[in-house]
Amino acid sequence: MRAFAYQRTTQIRDALNLVAQHDGARFLAGGTNIVDLMKAGVESPARLVDIRSLALGEIAEAPDGGLVLGATVTNSSVAADAQVRLRYPALSQAILAGASGQLRNMATVGGNLLQRTRCAYFSDPSEACNKRVPGSGCSAINGAHHNHAILDWTSHCVATHPSDMAVPLTAFDAVVRYETLHGPGEIPLAEFYLPVGDRPDRETALPDGALITAVVLPAAAVAGRSRYRKVRERASYAFATVSVAAALDVQHGLVRDVRIALGGVASRPWRARLAESALCGGPATAERISVAAEVEIAAAKPLRDNAYKVTLARNLIEAVLTELAADSGEERNG
Amino acid sequence: MNPDGITAAVGESRPRVEGRLKVTGSAHYVADLPMPNLAHGWMVTATVSHGRIRDIDATDALAMPGVLGVLDHRNARRLNPDVAHHFGPDRSLPMLQHEVIEYAGRPIALVVAETPEQARAAAAALRVTYDAEPHDIEFSMNHPAVRPASTLFGPEADTGDLEAELAASAVVVDEVYHTPEESHSALEPHVATAWWEDGHLHALDSNQGPFGISQVMASLFLIDPERVHIRAEHVGGGFGAKTVCGAQIILAAMAAEHFQRPVRVALTRRQVFLATGSRPPTEQRVRIGADADGRLRAVHHHAAFALSPLAEYIEWCTEQARTLYAAPAIRTELSAVPLNLLPPCSMRGPGAAPGSFAFESAVDEVAERLQIDPLQLRLLNQPVVSPVSGRPFSTRRLVQCFQEGARRFGWAQRDHRPRVRREGNLLVGTGVAAVAFIAGVFPSAATITAEADGTFSVRVGATDIGTGARTALIAVAADALGVGTERIHLHIGDSDIGPAAGAGGSRGTTSCAFAIIETAKALREKLVDPARPVTASVDTTPLINWQPDEERYTYSAVFAEVTVDPATGEVRVRRLLGMFAVGRVINPLLARSQLIGGMIGGLSMALHEESVRDPITGRLVTADFAGYHISAHADVPNVEADFVVDYEPQDPSGFNGLGEIGNAGTAAAIANAVWHATGTRHRTLPISLGRVIEPAAAHDHPGAVSVA
Amino acid sequence: MSDDTRSEIALRVNDETFRLAVDNRRTLLDALREDLNLTGAKKGCDHGQCGACTVLVDGQRVVSCLTLAVAADGAAVTTIEGLADDGELRPIQEAFIRLDGFQCGFCTPGQICSAVGMLAEHAAGWPSAVTRDDSPQRAQELTEEEVRERMSGNLCRCSAYPSIVRAILEASAREAVAG
Repeated sequence: MRAFAYQRTTQIRDALNLVAQHDGARFLAGGTNIVDLMKAGVESPARLVDIRSLALGEIAEAPDGGLVLGATVTNSSVAADAQVRLRYPALSQAILAGASGQLRNMATVGGNLLQRTRCAYFSDPSEACNKRVPGSGCSAINGAHHNHAILDWTSHCVATHPSDMAVPLTAFDAVVRYETLHGPGEIPLAEFYLPVGDRPDRETALPDGALITAVVLPAAAVAGRSRYRKVRERASYAFATVSVAAALDVQHGLVRDVRIALGGVASRPWRARLAESALCGGPATAERISVAAEVEIAAAKPLRDNAYKVTLARNLIEAVLTELAADSGEERNG
Repeated sequence: MNPDGITAAVGESRPRVEGRLKVTGSAHYVADLPMPNLAHGWMVTATVSHGRIRDIDATDALAMPGVLGVLDHRNARRLNPDVAHHFGPDRSLPMLQHEVIEYAGRPIALVVAETPEQARAAAAALRVTYDAEPHDIEFSMNHPAVRPASTLFGPEADTGDLEAELAASAVVVDEVYHTPEESHSALEPHVATAWWEDGHLHALDSNQGPFGISQVMASLFLIDPERVHIRAEHVGGGFGAKTVCGAQIILAAMAAEHFQRPVRVALTRRQVFLATGSRPPTEQRVRIGADADGRLRAVHHHAAFALSPLAEYIEWCTEQARTLYAAPAIRTELSAVPLNLLPPCSMRGPGAAPGSFAFESAVDEVAERLQIDPLQLRLLNQPVVSPVSGRPFSTRRLVQCFQEGARRFGWAQRDHRPRVRREGNLLVGTGVAAVAFIAGVFPSAATITAEADGTFSVRVGATDIGTGARTALIAVAADALGVGTERIHLHIGDSDIGPAAGAGGSRGTTSCAFAIIETAKALREKLVDPARPVTASVDTTPLINWQPDEERYTYSAVFAEVTVDPATGEVRVRRLLGMFAVGRVINPLLARSQLIGGMIGGLSMALHEESVRDPITGRLVTADFAGYHISAHADVPNVEADFVVDYEPQDPSGFNGLGEIGNAGTAAAIANAVWHATGTRHRTLPISLGRVIEPAAAHDHPGAVSVA
Repeated sequence: MSDDTRSEIALRVNDETFRLAVDNRRTLLDALREDLNLTGAKKGCDHGQCGACTVLVDGQRVVSCLTLAVAADGAAVTTIEGLADDGELRPIQEAFIRLDGFQCGFCTPGQICSAVGMLAEHAAGWPSAVTRDDSPQRAQELTEEEVRERMSGNLCRCSAYPSIVRAILEASAREAVAG
């Protein structure tokens, strides 16, 4: 690990200035990912600017009836928040399905969004990795890629995004708010993560030096009927093989609103818009759910050793939607 | 009650004597012990699987703050190239001697600095270049380099006319099973602190047997064994990985000599994966022929495992086939395939764990094809004497294990057809497997002093890596001396105490207990003289009968219930019960813990564990706990382990070891349960979700059966 | 090394304040172990993947291996050494001994600190991945399944898991009774 300077500040402006004025300066929040990557030699910041004392640690009501999650609110606090649990249950469930109690107490909203892939080749500086060193090659594409991407990868990178939290946020059309020295900005989460393309090192649309200040959850009735299901190689404390966040609103027997996003399948949380379109407007029958899952997964391109993830993604979309449809049926009857 | 009116300590459940230290953070493991003037060594390992070091450029590293120097093959002291270890000559032990690399992860340099942070930063600044050569990690029992394994453990079995019995069989199972490379993953990474004083080497080292390690270190450094002093008071698990003389102590000793001050080498978790031994991958062909009524006619188990050309090793997978069931013809074969892999070392239940997975799966397949109860099949084929040697067993209570286990588990209610139990979306199944695990003792020496204050100082070179040896041996000593445990002061974990079995081979505690009991006998003869202190010492080497008339084993029957979600491939173990015949039990509380822990290790092996290597570079990809999954709390149900009444006649107190048998049978029991749940036979471990998941069409239709 | 790569920090550890000059790279775990000789917290992986280094920071369980010491400046830290009150074991420590909730003992300080933090989280009404969260306002019962899920960040290779769960549940029940 390279020696580095450390500063803590209480003002957003100071934090932005510190990062702008020093080469190699980075923000530090929970540290669960960046400190680990610094130990591995993947990240070598010259300066860390600790942002946990900024006034970004609250969950607030948004004027439109949604919620604003401050950037430094811990993952634990989001998951335990009564309004999140009531209005966006899949978000609470997704956070609780990730990492461990200790890590959730440290990790923050902003940091969670910006965490890096857990591809083993990325975290080992002695391996070729285009995400770590652009142009060095991808060791995973012909290497050990049992848990790599099945959608939207390119020959430059086949890594997946590791966040659970970002999956329901994607389904709920969350918006990332940030500050820069030139003023504030917003990016819908759907545009926040960049497609892999030929520059997998460029992961987000966040401007250089920008500080995430909040994630805004728009009001959405459908989100109250949501759930998150994560499949992984052990029962807990493991990154997703495939996960699904879904929400379903059935009125008078017809799907009025449906949201589906997948984790563990692509370089970014995968919004399953094809499946949503296939399901919206008609009844949530087993056949239509099955077709919706098929339609979404038709675009999947498995690698040599991960074709099982295509089956899994398909089955998981079907399973979660079937459960949600059954719940809405019970509500109607009850 | 013994003559002093003291309740016998052996047989009683008593908490660990060091329990208070462990729950207050006061048990000091090697890395917890401060050392004045300590320097820190950071190991650097090879990133190619085969080749030569072209250059190690340390210019930048040496200029960094706090750096004392870099040891590599160009400046390191020479070590004995002919050093030997458990299985024979071991060329992996002389480290930093030359530029040749035979496996990725091979230690190639040690950076020494004032603080660990400085050492780590400097290690990252080393520029190492290689001339890579073609490597080979493609393991297969048909590999052109395959050769017979060492017969150090005795000849393989060949009785009866195998082919004739197979030809006469009503049913023949002939299948091939695979287990992957696995990592011991003790929670304490290997660490040593070494220093030299007046030509003597001192070290605190995380190992499973300081005396054995001291002998290897003396040979490696070509010094008098009396000049090597190694201590290991508290050790954070080993599971076999710390039975061998590790890179941490070799490098720490070299650096301490070179830099003339104490040096600690603490391996990172990644380095533990890369550079300390692993369980080798196996490929095993099992052929079993049986009559229509289930009586076995022929058993053929051919197992192959990978090893390194640097060191001999034995993964004795064929033990079950030669002793578990009677058959007129039994043949076992064991093959080794040298590859560019990390040299393997014994991992909990060595041989038996992968071997029993293959063999007890195959036995289950016989029952499957005959459509009979797999437990009945096993009971039907119990031998009266050893089916290979013809010698009787000293004790064999496997049938009792089966029967009591079946009763507790509710086996009688089992519908033996596969894929018939459903609970919602889940398939449910149960399975059973048995194990015979060889038992015995190794030579050990003990010294007991009757002190003037009425207490007894008992010194034996045992190690307690979590086995409970410390607590058990105090009970044994108390009973042997006829006093309460509070009068026993036990000293272990120090090579200066003298020869002793390490915590390995399921023999550490039984071997040291034997030595203590013999020493107590000798001491009692001296106690007629009232002078104190008085001391007696006994080395059990001449007392051990290496050719007993009877075969000595421990036994288990393991029962498992699993649920399988065919839509996701998720397998969960819901119930796990092991019944054990392991001789007289010294401390049931601790023994149960050890067996349960072993069974969970088997669960982990069955469902999670697999070291994955890059198919192109041969390098380990799963070198952390996010890549190499071991069972976590949420994977583990209530696990029950219990004992049938047993007594080992070959031991003066009826003891047998039980450190490994818990691990050995569990993977097969779980694999058999997964077959029962799904109708699919999994012949490759781990039974991970990618192997279990079924397309929607299959799991939507009850009764659909596929074969993997 | 220039000055800005080191910091003067104050750590309140087990109710005692320590002033330290640390290399900014030093983790809280290494500061506890190497600078304060509080070696109860263990370095099992140094990557937040095993939980052996778990301590309480401002009352919450965290992994000290991914916490920079400098970032913990001003925080109150409780380690395993600070749990027993004047040498009197907490019920959870006593239950670990009696029910044999460990073997090698290396993960034990982390398991116990994690359990203390976990029980506080549960008491505060925090859900887990296995909580049936139909009515967030209602207190959840602490079942075996809940304990297993909430403790999954603490690996135990000896696999004392069943005894650990039993010890936690028993201690939790006793502390609840004790009020």
